Amino acid sequence: MQKIDGIFDLQQQLLSLRAQRQQLLASNIANADTPNYKARDIDFAKALALATSAAGAAGGPVELARTSSTHLAGATGESVGGVPVQYRVPTQPSVDGNTVEPDYERAQFVDNALHYETDLTVLNAQIKAVLTAIQG
Amino acid sequence: MSLDAVLDIASSALTAQSQRLNAVASNLANADSATGPDGQPYHAKQVVFGSALVSAQGATGVRVTGVIQDPSPMREVYDPKNPLADDKGYVTMPNVDVIGEMVNMISASRAYEENVDMMNTAKSLMSKTLTLGQ
Repeated sequence: MQKIDGIFDLQQQLLSLRAQRQQLLASNIANADTPNYKARDIDFAKALALATSAAGAAGGPVELARTSSTHLAGATGESVGGVPVQYRVPTQPSVDGNTVEPDYERAQFVDNALHYETDLTVLNAQIKAVLTAIQG
Repeated sequence: MSLDAVLDIASSALTAQSQRLNAVASNLANADSATGPDGQPYHAKQVVFGSALVSAQGATGVRVTGVIQDPSPMREVYDPKNPLADDKGYVTMPNVDVIGEMVNMISASRAYEENVDMMNTAKSLMSKTLTLGQ
């Protein structure tokens, strides 16, 4: 069982991170007209490296325990897969304080969706391969 | 699951943008309403957007935080024959900026389309995930 688990592990981590990034990018696009909204994203390579490393397997970096919903997140702040969510540096900031660049966000959104589909395809192929190995 | 949140985010944006379209429609329709139910000329209305959490995992959607009266000055038109004219012959007309409202309308409808598109993408990703391993 451990071995079959290991085969699917990478794709599973990838899909989970891609889905979470999709959510961040969706927030950016939805808030393209909201004054003072700052576009956010994660460093995907770092998130994946952490998720597949030993530290990631242990649940990411150590965080302060929060026993109440009113507690602040502490120094680590909001994170995806243990990697902090960062603000984008805009090339053309607008006067109302919004840093969303719709064309760029759109491109990232499509790119991320395509990667998600690729990961699904690869995972499907791996499942088929394992099934073939089992059934002969 | 995070892809669910994409649908929540997009739907909050659709609601906000359609409210903005509503305000635009109201402003354009009343661009020449010199008098309203209260006897005052129509004041242009503008919606104010703010970001809002739509799920526990920090998914940020959009919310209309308020509808404000446009603070720009009213339009004064010289028309002494009009029964609403003051003693100098000026009629106070609504402060609707028709060109600005048209631009606002195009921007809102584009944003609406973009969010519908986003929903479709999330939907197709989810249905593909559901057929995994088949």
